[in-house]
Amino acid sequence: MIPAIFVFVYLAAVLYIGIFAFRQARGRERAEDYFLASRSLGPFVFLFSLFGTNMTAFAILGSSGHAFSNGIVTFGLMASSSGLVIPLTIFLIGTRVWALGKKFGFMTPVQMFRDRWECEHIGTAIFVVQAVLLVPYIIIGIMGGGTTLKVISGDLVPYWFGGAIVALVVMGYVFFGGMRGTAWVNTFQTVLFLLFGVIAIIVIGAGMGGFRSAANAMLASPALAPLLTRERISPLYFFSYTFIPLSAIAFPHILIFCLTAEKMNHFKKTVIFYPLCILAIWLPCVFLGVMANRVTDIPQVRAKQEARRVLATQGKTMEPEARDQLREQAAGDDVIMLLLQRYAPLWLAGLLGAGIMAAVMASDSQILALSTMFTEDIFAFYGGKRRFGEAVQVHTGRIFIVIITIVAYAVALRAPETIFELAIQYAFSGFAALSPLLVAALFWKGSTKWGALAVTLWTAAAVVAVAVFQHAVPAPAPGPPLVFWNLGGTEALSRTPGGTAVFGFMPVVPMVLVSALLMVVVSLVTRKPKQTTIAKYFGFSK
Amino acid sequence: MKRTLLFLAVLTLYVLHQDFWFWRTAHPLVFGFVPIGLFYQACFSVAASLLMLLLVKFAWPDHLEREIEQRETEEDVTR
Repeated sequence: MIPAIFVFVYLAAVLYIGIFAFRQARGRERAEDYFLASRSLGPFVFLFSLFGTNMTAFAILGSSGHAFSNGIVTFGLMASSSGLVIPLTIFLIGTRVWALGKKFGFMTPVQMFRDRWECEHIGTAIFVVQAVLLVPYIIIGIMGGGTTLKVISGDLVPYWFGGAIVALVVMGYVFFGGMRGTAWVNTFQTVLFLLFGVIAIIVIGAGMGGFRSAANAMLASPALAPLLTRERISPLYFFSYTFIPLSAIAFPHILIFCLTAEKMNHFKKTVIFYPLCILAIWLPCVFLGVMANRVTDIPQVRAKQEARRVLATQGKTMEPEARDQLREQAAGDDVIMLLLQRYAPLWLAGLLGAGIMAAVMASDSQILALSTMFTEDIFAFYGGKRRFGEAVQVHTGRIFIVIITIVAYAVALRAPETIFELAIQYAFSGFAALSPLLVAALFWKGSTKWGALAVTLWTAAAVVAVAVFQHAVPAPAPGPPLVFWNLGGTEALSRTPGGTAVFGFMPVVPMVLVSALLMVVVSLVTRKPKQTTIAKYFGFSK
Repeated sequence: MKRTLLFLAVLTLYVLHQDFWFWRTAHPLVFGFVPIGLFYQACFSVAASLLMLLLVKFAWPDHLEREIEQRETEEDVTR
């Protein structure tokens, strides 16, 4: 129960930060202040909060769990590629969106698209696709909060109660603090993340008696040695993963965050330090996830390894449901918590548990972004702001936050977690496929609203198609993929143990490439926006 | 010329991410416990940060910043 007390203290602290931000903003009931902190964030808060916004529960729990099952490849797949692609997109796209936001007062990406391409309802279509892809994050955040609190408290806090507490705290500081509160809480959370990695590796390393013997013992074991290399992952799959970080800048909560910087100069530190922040968090988590395979005195870890062994040896002859059950048993999302419980003193496990909660509660920015999008892209756009005024718009945003949190909590109590974990996988590919919208809007004068519509419809169709395919064709046992469509001796479409492959690539590759192609082809054959509109966007003096 | 070199640097780093040369080996273990493939990718992250430093130094879109600052100054004067 002691670790849970630390977590409750942490929850009280973040709630206080949100309410403190509310007091700071009292008397300024303007939409720009509530939703964008008056575009006034300084360099330190901007770097840490933007980074924290992009780090979800996956950064600590998922990364170590993935590394536990797949080995060191996790870092190259998800961390180092993000360390190159994400800051690059912030540098190229984030800075331009910031400048346009300052110049024309945009608060959401859809506002910019509507103005840039002179479109109204196509903007609404983009809003719908963005919102649908964003909702699973909010639900999974509440589910993660309930599960984590249950594990940390040793089952004393039930799932429903833990989920309710996390939902209430997140709703509280987003409701009161708006963007300012969310940014401050994210900054606090990022500091906790960074401390988490360093402390966890020292404590667990000491507990395990150093990593040298563990690494050598793994090398000597035929079953574990491959986890220290990347031989189980195909180079095409590895290459495909570099497309996933394109999703970051297309996420509305990240793009909206880019509008909060006081000066464009503040992006400089973010761009430079982003890869190092990723390194500081992901490297310890991935390494510890791999090393957990050498731990012999934690029964739960041994049970996971046994499930993995059965899956590898007998998986082919099993029913799909039995395979899925074994996969769930073998999953390592809680290995880092098990390592902490085993090797860290109680008080430190509590402190580090608070770090894990910080990662789990990353749904705050998504809730605020959804509220900003709803009030700006729907409420204000369809006349609400004009009729009822700006104060009512802010109140509407706050009511929306309450409603979305209650709905997400209700769904989190009833639906199985795996459904939303899958939905998030699809969402990454979906937002990556939407990234050509930003590139075209900012860098290509010839792009048109019809090109934008084609990209949006294609993204929605592709996400649904992948989801239906993976639902209809159960994942095969570990080993060669199940070839579904063979084109002249080439595996055009396969079901792999981890998802889907199109010509050996992850679906995100064709999704992004076709998106880009559609934008070009459709724009070339359709009418361009007025010259005056194009001049607005490309008229920055050089 | 400067921009072309920076573009090539970005492209090179992207290609270097696909380090197939360390694909099937864990050796050498750096510091006695870090597999070479993981150490390489950690170094890659540091290289990415250095590349960002170069981009910020030599390709920063100053013109965007200048125009916004100019606008803000004009607005302040008008007020």
